Amino acid sequence: MAGPLADRTAIAGIGQTAFAKGLPDSELSLACQAISAALDDAGIAPAEVDGLAMFSMEEGREVDVARNVGLGDITFFSEVGYGGGAGCGTVGHAAMAVATGQCNVAVAWRARKRAAKGSRPWAQVNRRITGHWQWSRPFGLLRPVDEIAVLTRRYMHEFGATREHLANVAVAFRKHANRNPNATMHDKPLTREQYMDARWISEPLCLFDNCLETDGALAAVIVSAERAKDLQQPPAYVHAFAQSIPQQHQVMTNYFNDDPLLGPSYACAARLWAQADVTPADVPVAQIYDAFSPLIPLSLEGYGFCARGEGGAFTDDGALEWPDGRLPTNTSGGGMSEAYVHGFNLVLEGVRQMRGTSTSPVDGAETCLVTSGEGVPTSALLLRR
Amino acid sequence: MEAQFLLPDIEDPDSAEFWAGCARGELLVQTCKGCGLRRMPPRPMCPRCRSLEFRWDPTSGRGTIWSFIVPHPPLLPAYQELAPYNVIVVALEEDPTIRFVGNLVTEPDGAINEIDPTTIAIGDPVRVVFHRVEDVVLPRWMKT
Repeated sequence: MAGPLADRTAIAGIGQTAFAKGLPDSELSLACQAISAALDDAGIAPAEVDGLAMFSMEEGREVDVARNVGLGDITFFSEVGYGGGAGCGTVGHAAMAVATGQCNVAVAWRARKRAAKGSRPWAQVNRRITGHWQWSRPFGLLRPVDEIAVLTRRYMHEFGATREHLANVAVAFRKHANRNPNATMHDKPLTREQYMDARWISEPLCLFDNCLETDGALAAVIVSAERAKDLQQPPAYVHAFAQSIPQQHQVMTNYFNDDPLLGPSYACAARLWAQADVTPADVPVAQIYDAFSPLIPLSLEGYGFCARGEGGAFTDDGALEWPDGRLPTNTSGGGMSEAYVHGFNLVLEGVRQMRGTSTSPVDGAETCLVTSGEGVPTSALLLRR
Repeated sequence: MEAQFLLPDIEDPDSAEFWAGCARGELLVQTCKGCGLRRMPPRPMCPRCRSLEFRWDPTSGRGTIWSFIVPHPPLLPAYQELAPYNVIVVALEEDPTIRFVGNLVTEPDGAINEIDPTTIAIGDPVRVVFHRVEDVVLPRWMKT
């Protein structure tokens, strides 16, 4: 049964910058450019913006964004933490704020530069490690890919997932990127053979199991459903929203509880579907957070598209591929083949699926699932046409 | 070369006792005085009974490999010099939900890249050994 937030707000505008390695502009400038483009897309003047929701990791602060873009009096602002887990959370916070009257026009965004200070935290740690990282980093478990590789090896051991399954993910997303002129991998096909021959990054994960490192920014404008109906773009309604920090969860190195492979997706999904009047069987297209390929089978299980342990097999027979797969996923190329902007590009592709403007549009899709980071405190959205 | 390795802050109030135990050759685990629940990583409050009272119990120092990886470049310089090397996660014999990240070595002061990764398997039995780096003693693991 639909929850109290269901379809009361909509994403009415989207905007993004170019995606590249080494864009000259600052993160703040990129954020302002994306927000400006999103407002133009919605046909809303900057002075009408009175709500902001952003990643805690954002370099440009709310006050700077507001002074640059010429926003109005801001009466709601919130930040969501944990990096890649935050994307859908910012949109959800904005939607709740609009629905409860804390603001009328809210903007959510992410700007990121791979070369910027803080964008690769694993390479910038102090030598003496405090907090929970002291239990992993001194032993050479340094990078996010290493942390997820530990879970991947265990997942393969427990459930029989294979590199062929991970290749299904990488190849499907690349095919979608090859159809998307804005994707950084638009002109670069990826074969299964290239995947299998690629160099290791952290065994059992190879180069093509990893997301890209991208400079770029994206933004979304959230307004009430009533307002959205009068604007120039077809609304993408926020049908349901959820976040989760599961019990005894530890960020990234989640090796210390009874069942580490029960990731944040499970708790997030339980809340999400409880707020929705659809089930996974009703969802024909998804944008699933893909910093690393194994997050896809884990998320497919967590969000209920298949039973536990069946996420690898789910990817067989082109299930993730547009147009004929059971669940075309990451139809713009996702973090692995379009751009890695902490997953916010997945939100915008979800909106394009609801508008029918994706470069790989799923015919008749009324609903799209969008998820944020698995392996960290996370969030998810169900968008509806 | 090891001067460049990352090291734990052994004065961290939540974990200083653990690192002091390693320096004595003991693998300790934080245990609630109220309900007996073991917890790793250590923290101030017991999540089961909310007691703030705890002790540091010795363990068997034995376990099995729960998972493992083999990192390759790009890595921080000290680690890149040794890559590919192994990182393992060990489940403690007497309580498999208590796990430790570490390295599999052939002797306590051996290098972390000395074991052929293709000979490592989940489920392999291991025992703890200790290795000093500057003022820190790290737990490491050898096959039994």
